[in-house]
Amino acid sequence: MASPSGTPTKITQGSQTKGGIGESTLRPDGTLKVTGEFAYSSDMWHEDMLWGQILRSTVAHAEIVSIDTGEALAMPGVYAVLTYDDLPTAVKNYGLEIQDTPVLAHGKVRHHGEPVALVAADHPETARRAAAKIKVDYRELPVITDEASATAPDAILIHENRDDHHAGHVPHPNIVHRQPIIRGDVAAARERADVIVTGEYTFGMQDQAFLGPESGLAVPEEDGGVHLYIATQWLHSDLRQMAPVLGLPEDKVRMTLSGVGGAFGGREDLSMQIHACLLALRTGKPVKIVYNRFESFFGHVHRHPAKLYYEHGATKDGKLTHMKCRIVLDGGAYASASPAVVGNASSLSVGPYVVEDVDIEAIALYTNNPPCGAMRGFGAVQACFAYEAQMDKLAAKLGMDPVEFRRLNAMEQGTLLPTGQPVDSPAPVAELLRRVKAMPMPPERQWESSEGADVRQLPGGLSNTTHGEGVVRGVGYAVGIKNVGFSEGFDDYSTAKVRMEVVAGEPVATVHTAMAEVGQGGVTVHAQIARTELGVTQVTIHPADTQVGSAGSTSASRQTYVTGGAVKNSCELVREKVLEIGRRKFGSYHPAWATAELLLEGGKVVTDGGEVLSDLVDVLEDETVEVEAEWRHRPTEPFDLRTGQGNGHVQYSFAAHRAVVEVDTELGLVKVIELACAQDVGKALNPLSVLGQIQGGTTQGLGVAVMEEIVVDPKTAKVKNPSFTDYLIPTILDTPTIPVDVLELADDHAPYGLRGIGEAPTLSSTPAVLAAIRNATGLELNRTPVRPEHLTGTQLSEG
Amino acid sequence: MRVNFTVNGRQQEADDVWEGESLLYVLRERLGLPGSKNACEQGECGSCTVRLDGVPVCSCLVAAGQVEGREVVTVEGLADFAKQRAEGGGCASGACGTTLQNAQQWQAGGTDSQTGEGTELSAIQQAFIDAGAVQCGFCTPGLLVAADEMLERNPTPTDADIREALSGNLCRCTGYEKIMDAVRLAAARQSEAV
Amino acid sequence: MDFLRPTSWEEALAAKAEHPTAVPIAGGTDVMVEINFDHRRPEYLLDLNRIGDLGEWEVGEENVRLGASVPYTKIMENLRAELPGLALASHTVASPQIRNRGGVGGNLGTASPAGDAHPALLAAGAEVEVESVRGSRRIPIDAFYTGVKRNALAADELIRAVHVKKADGPQQFSKVGTRNAMVIAVCAFGLALHPGTRTVRTGIGSAAPTPVRAKAAEEFLNAALEEGGFWDNGQIITPSVAKQFADLCSAACNPIDDVRGTASYRRHAVGVMARRTLTWTWESYRGARRTIEGAA
Repeated sequence: MASPSGTPTKITQGSQTKGGIGESTLRPDGTLKVTGEFAYSSDMWHEDMLWGQILRSTVAHAEIVSIDTGEALAMPGVYAVLTYDDLPTAVKNYGLEIQDTPVLAHGKVRHHGEPVALVAADHPETARRAAAKIKVDYRELPVITDEASATAPDAILIHENRDDHHAGHVPHPNIVHRQPIIRGDVAAARERADVIVTGEYTFGMQDQAFLGPESGLAVPEEDGGVHLYIATQWLHSDLRQMAPVLGLPEDKVRMTLSGVGGAFGGREDLSMQIHACLLALRTGKPVKIVYNRFESFFGHVHRHPAKLYYEHGATKDGKLTHMKCRIVLDGGAYASASPAVVGNASSLSVGPYVVEDVDIEAIALYTNNPPCGAMRGFGAVQACFAYEAQMDKLAAKLGMDPVEFRRLNAMEQGTLLPTGQPVDSPAPVAELLRRVKAMPMPPERQWESSEGADVRQLPGGLSNTTHGEGVVRGVGYAVGIKNVGFSEGFDDYSTAKVRMEVVAGEPVATVHTAMAEVGQGGVTVHAQIARTELGVTQVTIHPADTQVGSAGSTSASRQTYVTGGAVKNSCELVREKVLEIGRRKFGSYHPAWATAELLLEGGKVVTDGGEVLSDLVDVLEDETVEVEAEWRHRPTEPFDLRTGQGNGHVQYSFAAHRAVVEVDTELGLVKVIELACAQDVGKALNPLSVLGQIQGGTTQGLGVAVMEEIVVDPKTAKVKNPSFTDYLIPTILDTPTIPVDVLELADDHAPYGLRGIGEAPTLSSTPAVLAAIRNATGLELNRTPVRPEHLTGTQLSEG
Repeated sequence: MRVNFTVNGRQQEADDVWEGESLLYVLRERLGLPGSKNACEQGECGSCTVRLDGVPVCSCLVAAGQVEGREVVTVEGLADFAKQRAEGGGCASGACGTTLQNAQQWQAGGTDSQTGEGTELSAIQQAFIDAGAVQCGFCTPGLLVAADEMLERNPTPTDADIREALSGNLCRCTGYEKIMDAVRLAAARQSEAV
Repeated sequence: MDFLRPTSWEEALAAKAEHPTAVPIAGGTDVMVEINFDHRRPEYLLDLNRIGDLGEWEVGEENVRLGASVPYTKIMENLRAELPGLALASHTVASPQIRNRGGVGGNLGTASPAGDAHPALLAAGAEVEVESVRGSRRIPIDAFYTGVKRNALAADELIRAVHVKKADGPQQFSKVGTRNAMVIAVCAFGLALHPGTRTVRTGIGSAAPTPVRAKAAEEFLNAALEEGGFWDNGQIITPSVAKQFADLCSAACNPIDDVRGTASYRRHAVGVMARRTLTWTWESYRGARRTIEGAA
């Protein structure tokens, strides 16, 4: 079939835009994005295409007694209606780590909104009407919604007959994974403590709320395969999960990355990928599926809500003695990334502090709540919220300044994590705290003007709730640690294909990877790396697809490190080949070809002393040099299942925040006035993009501090607010100025010394805002998000 | 039903429109103008903002039948619209904008983003690129239409004015700081140009 | 589904008479959400955008006749002096884009307790002009809301305009939401001082099955103001009077727990807003009195 409209094309940057690493080069896709021409997955269009629609369960936990599709199939304009029975092979489940997620429900539904049947029709409304005519008879089961109901001796098992690799070591089949970490002697250390503080913390369920809904277009191919244009975070992971269900070899499932409207972890799992392909293969026609916002809330996993139980001790001179904690993450109905989230939550549960004696346990539950998995910060976010609250409690109990108390216990290079792994690159935790505290404070009462109070700058904003009455300012601090890259022994690699040739008299590099550009600016950085390594100006970015090896996931703050590293590595290999050609052609004319360190700069081959040996154009002439190579970071190890010991991580990212808030203490409304951040980025490959990541991550942390939460009814396990009317994310009027102080201390193990940066600011932002609200109100506030009810003592219902 | 209206200065006709379709759907799926985005379809994000007879509205909440005979400007026509405005004209002549045929057959241009080589941009579009206000870009079209209209009304906005005018446009990537920078930049460049 | 496009008010009334199930659509801010999310599939959509008269307003001696489709933006820009409470409420409606399309007629037609215009209309005093082929009538705002998302309209009637009393004193509107913009009311409060009649009127949104007035609170305050000679002496309202007024406003609520807020928070917040808006309006009244006295 012909290519659909919206098929991504190569983008060449550099005829005017220059800029190697370290410069704030502008995005190569910028013009397309501001003119509306950049094609997102929901913009794909094909002549004669059909629309797919998914019928989802209306209850959270039930046996499916029967499904009747007859009436739906009989509707004019309907081309196919598929249920579990129509799946083509024996493989009917998928999953990132544990294949426990049915493509379509069979026998049982385990959460509200689970896919039950598929429809393809000639108009989305026809598809919706047909889906509504499918009759599903449910026999409802009791719902499991928390640790007590999940681990009760007579609890219904969410998944019977588990045979996954965690099944053997968990204490209950409704626990996905458990990771203890034991180090030192907590009982003895506890004896040394002059003060002990404990806390029970609750973290609400956050949604990634990317703006571009799940969507894609599946086009059947003449060879019996299918070509999927899709917005995802990891093409090859999707492919690996899809092909067995479709009953196709991987080379018959072609994947091309379409424009991605944000991700933040929510596209790490499959959504409509298999569904669209099944419908396309069944009907022989291109099928487009686009979720609306309501469906999007059911169509991807969320951040794990968590209960965290912490105990810390400290001596009276302010040194931490020990830490005990128990972290219970609600994984919902399917495993998704829960095991890895458990690994992160447990191994980073101490935070960026020196504590030698620890007793840690983290678990993820199977429940009938919505499935939870990856979201920016990935397990470290929930822990940071709790340990930072503990730090403030300890400082208060000791009568110490909260920043000084943190600095006194701050981790440094060489500190051992609770897993026994030494931190082997700079860990400027104390310095970041010093810097963020030293930033100038925003002026008081900025809302006062000659014409009275400007409500836009007050809590409540445009809603006109206060003209200054009840408004109290508070300041709070927090700092966090996030691992970079995939941990626990995962083979974390990326692949880059780099080509160099002369086009129209100019040397041009082409970079082809499968990296999912989700907005982070990876494509910008790839062009910068190619310019730096190959001395060219023009760089062509090839669309991401599965015609090149895997790039790994756009998650875990890893892409600039790993795919950036792969691009650098492939460029270096291309450079060697180019120099080889040069030596072959010109080596006899100048001894430096054989003896000197040679570089490619400004379109020329130069010696490290700056002497020009040749133009690249003359070296290459009509030759094309191309290399496709994998690149991986240093290997990691799994954590021991009993003690949690092991060199599980490869790199860390640190950020600190200072939040200044104004709280209307009578109405419980919060205005964040400023959220200052200091972060170590190792090396800023693109300073403008670095700021964008830090400010964006900070704002997502703000959101879950004061407004964002998916509310699940504990009686029914049904989602109560699946819309942007009731799941609120910050507007521009909720978001303060975010001054950023960037520190660049190189990590010698990483390409250019860089550090993954995307997630760390999301960690410390939330606890900093909470600390500021506590400072303003004097309330304890052990849960996030904080609602007006919590600030006004009105959380209990009247009945 | 059939709907006739003007988009980016060109007369357009959409046939077989289902009565429940929104203006957004007609633009995206029937007229080949997917620049206006479908992020929430409930008026809570502003990604689908277009100008309807000059007024910024959420096109997801306009029934297709309601635009009969009216004028719509989308992000695809924003550069031309801004140019016409600068030249003191409107789009009434029908001489500006994207033709239906061109719109349906567009291909990514592969131009140089810093210069917009081959693409003429409005001040606000250029400022969004230059200030780093674009990440995933899904909110960008709606923000551009809203910000352009605000600068038309209020060429020298305060920060609070900018925040108020853009409070109906959600962005999930940037934390809005670079969007603020972009609007300030566009305002400054426009005032220099006058 | 059929899409009806009357070009005149008479045609619209005829269409509504012929198809009483037809759903009127003007700004689309409620109807289109229901259609987009598959919550509603009306047999007929009745487009009111073509009826120019609905987008116009007239300022009379005592009232403003506000066409049902006058967008909130226009109210904010043009009627701030005549309808200050409604102008403030308009400014809190959703987003600039929505305020450019939505009008009071939509709020009244949907009759959601969370509609932002209701408390301001209740406090100012208003009548809803509705019409059918059978004739026209005016429904006092106090009698308009009949239940959760129910109003006093007959099946063949359309809302043509609202006649709102021009402000004869300060008015305020305040709304609580958990975001600083683009938010549906957790609860809202409108207050209008009517020095001409020496009365105070209130309106409460989102804290009862329908928008309501806090009548006991009004009566208490009217009496307290009269008794203390406040209208004449322009003194600061004593904190105990303000507190009792606030408590009575809280007591007028009959709220529920929902995903947006608890009942007890709503009750509490209405009290706080009542006290604050009373302070703001009364300070404004005192200020105006001083100016007049100063000039005299």
